[in-house]
Amino acid sequence: MAIEIVQPSVGLSKIAVSETHGENSPYFAGWKAYDENPYHEKHNPSGVIQMGLAENQVSFDLLEEYLESNQEATSWGKNVSGFRENALFQDYHGLLAFRKAMASFMEQVRGGKAKFNPERIVLTAGATAANELLTFILANPGDALLVPTPYYPGFDRDLRWRTGVQIVPIHCESSNNFQITPEALESAYDHARSMNMKVRGVLITNPSNPLGATIQRKVLEQILDFVTRKNIHLVSDEIYSGSVFHSDEFVSIAEILESRNYKDSERCHIVYSLSKDLGLPGFRVGTVYSYNDQVVTTARRMSSFTLISSQTQFLLASMLSNKEFTEKYIKINRERLRKRYEMIVDGLKKAGIECLKGNAGLFCWMNLSPYLNEATREGELEIWKKMMEEVKLNISPGSSCRCSGAGWFRVCFANMSEETLEVALRRLHEFMDRRRNGQKTHDLSALAQVQSFSLGDICRLFGERSKDLKSDLISSLSDSR
Amino acid sequence: MLSAMATCNSHGQDSSYFLGWEEYEKNPYHPINNPNGIIQMGLAENQLPFDLLESWLNNNPNASGFTAQSNFGFKEIALFQDYHGLPAFKKALVDFMSEIRENKVTFNPNNLVLTAGATSANETLMFCLADPGDAFLLPTPYYPGFDRDLKWRTGAEIVPIHCSSSNGFRITESALEDAYQQAQKQNLKVKGVLVTNPSNPLGTSLSMHELELLVNFISSKNLHLISDEIYSGTVFTSPGFVSIMEVLKNKNLMNTDVAKQVHIVYSLSKDLGLPGFRIGAIYSNDDIVVSAATKMSSFGLISSQTQYLLSQILSDKKFTKNYLTENRKRLKQRHEMLEKALQKAGIRCLKGNAGLFSWVDMKRLLSAQTFKGEMELWKKIVYEVGLNISPGSSCHCSEPGWFRVCFANMSKETLVLAMQRLTSFVDSTVKKTNQSRHNRNSRKPKSLPKWVFSLSSFTTARSVKNGA
Repeated sequence: MAIEIVQPSVGLSKIAVSETHGENSPYFAGWKAYDENPYHEKHNPSGVIQMGLAENQVSFDLLEEYLESNQEATSWGKNVSGFRENALFQDYHGLLAFRKAMASFMEQVRGGKAKFNPERIVLTAGATAANELLTFILANPGDALLVPTPYYPGFDRDLRWRTGVQIVPIHCESSNNFQITPEALESAYDHARSMNMKVRGVLITNPSNPLGATIQRKVLEQILDFVTRKNIHLVSDEIYSGSVFHSDEFVSIAEILESRNYKDSERCHIVYSLSKDLGLPGFRVGTVYSYNDQVVTTARRMSSFTLISSQTQFLLASMLSNKEFTEKYIKINRERLRKRYEMIVDGLKKAGIECLKGNAGLFCWMNLSPYLNEATREGELEIWKKMMEEVKLNISPGSSCRCSGAGWFRVCFANMSEETLEVALRRLHEFMDRRRNGQKTHDLSALAQVQSFSLGDICRLFGERSKDLKSDLISSLSDSR
Repeated sequence: MLSAMATCNSHGQDSSYFLGWEEYEKNPYHPINNPNGIIQMGLAENQLPFDLLESWLNNNPNASGFTAQSNFGFKEIALFQDYHGLPAFKKALVDFMSEIRENKVTFNPNNLVLTAGATSANETLMFCLADPGDAFLLPTPYYPGFDRDLKWRTGAEIVPIHCSSSNGFRITESALEDAYQQAQKQNLKVKGVLVTNPSNPLGTSLSMHELELLVNFISSKNLHLISDEIYSGTVFTSPGFVSIMEVLKNKNLMNTDVAKQVHIVYSLSKDLGLPGFRIGAIYSNDDIVVSAATKMSSFGLISSQTQYLLSQILSDKKFTKNYLTENRKRLKQRHEMLEKALQKAGIRCLKGNAGLFSWVDMKRLLSAQTFKGEMELWKKIVYEVGLNISPGSSCHCSEPGWFRVCFANMSKETLVLAMQRLTSFVDSTVKKTNQSRHNRNSRKPKSLPKWVFSLSSFTTARSVKNGA
């Protein structure tokens, strides 16, 4: 059979054919497994439960309630009188009413501990666009941004693909709960320099994805001191700021800057979005908030490539300037997320699984390292595959987040109903049980052969489970003979 | 402290195109509150058929809300961020594109990529087709925004295909070849050609001959062709609109390599008058381009709220049919109004059949047939006459004296007033010119602000760079 020679398309760019979009990573393979066999309570109760998607679905009723009682927000007033003006509005400064509402919402989310000036808000179609845009502005192709691990897998695409900028990891270890240390910062900086890369800034996510934990004030101060010393930028991605379970546990970089009277603040930039806190990823609402005038001006001009639909700005201006609604929403949303978090952590504990102590986000950082066959990426992926194929849960392996230690997984809990979460926990429980039984059976028979214990002695060692073990043991012993 | 990209001038905002807007913003005309203000004629917006959209919305009060009547409720729409786009919207959009082309071509929704406006679509295509330093050839005059959209973040270059008034600014084979050679001289790798059809700022649709020239050119040189067809629904008179896809179809090239080299950009900002909603699209027959562009669209997705609303509007075939007809009718009327008024004032314009603007010849009003002269005239028209129109130099026109004048972004009354002002200005200018010719007593020209001259040198410098 003749070999077909596939002609490449007429010159596409290097960017178009590169793999830096990252979509061939296992992170996305899990999504595929879910897409092909999605769980449904009635129609497909044995399907894959999606726990790899950091969506916030716990507070939709509050939004729907708001829309019900505020129809003008979506219908432009009586006889659609506001439609024309809104449809024509394409000013990259963004709707003033919306910018004001965003600034005030960001203040509320931080419990009023920081002030935001609407004139410094630049609107973009989602945080994805905001992060890329900032990278274009702060770094040249080949330069490096330092990002603490583990980090959101999408950064590999968002920060690097079209910008040509590199990510150099700031390694964080489980031994100190993955906190960023001054040593790790220095080490990452030196590593970048040793590769002849110019370091342009540090990008942190606070609260952290995938850790589900806020960065402590002390650490933020250290990071700020570090970037000041090195004369580089600091980008603080605070898109999960509204999902902190206890409002007093979140410290925004904005607060630190205020406490320092904004000295040296021109190197600081905050990214925010309504995709997580308000559960509106489809609406594409992101923002760059910069303390640097030149960055604001440039970002605004660049936002032409990624403006937010004026229809959506109009709706959200109405919603977010309703202080009664936003206060209620922030409070209730927080409580519900906290409850979900407690539910999953308890459920995992009962299954014998520990999590990092978290206080924010739509996910928990689960530790399966004690259960790996080998403490390597392969061992991690092995258990991840089991999770997908046997337990039918799509969770995100730590290696996709560039985590240094193997065996950690991000498990989302806010993108499903409580009932579904219970099903997921039950499946995990059963899996861990099977595993434990399976393992113990194997150990016992070896033990029994070597040590010549009596069957009765061994069963007594395992107390109440002796009845089940007895039958397993007998069958395995007879097999090995 | 910031990147080279952030500190350079490629954002293009120092162009007279944008500066005119700034002057307008400082002193905008209003019939009651500011009757002596500047009338905005530099903004290519389509405000003529809004009443049709408004009445559709009033007749379909649930369309912009989120009711359980449709398959989608609020939650589903709010969560929908799939970069493949809302299927119902893509289907309705390709049908609409087909309808504009009188169903002579059909489009496959799987080959359509949604982007936040044509601005984003053009930039995304450049990222997909050109490496930094590669060049695209563009016929002049062209939309000033291209300098930013195609070059700023992509690092690509634009080399002009010079078109002249001697043949109505039509693209010729020799002009194409010259541009290609010029790029070679500058050591630039040419990746493709980008045309706007119908043309901004000319207000004309490309002829069959020009389209065939382009297809032959890209085929022989193995280049891409981007056809920005965002004004396709504004063709109001003959000759009708011929899409590049139609030409490929007629020449039986649809399943060949050449078809994979042709990409269309579309948007609802001009045809439907919805620039604020950021609805753009890329259409390509090349699966790799579609795939790469789809992933890139993550950086500029259309709000699902807006996709949802537009899928309902565009699925109403009765509405779209009537809308397209009315839109064309009203644009034709406005165009004739403007043309007649200009004629009366003794000003010619290029014979246009499309767009939201006319390409107007004001050479006879120039004090000198130079770009400096054009800038002087432009300043007079902005400050003395109170009209913000766009000078040809901002569109990289090779010859001085041409201006783009928009007519669809204002009421009839405002257009009438604008024409009265222009007519008086022309009359007085002609009188002055005649007088000074007779008297040889040329008055000292009013001193113009410094930035006018820096603009001229800016324009000249760029022309030199592009090999004009």
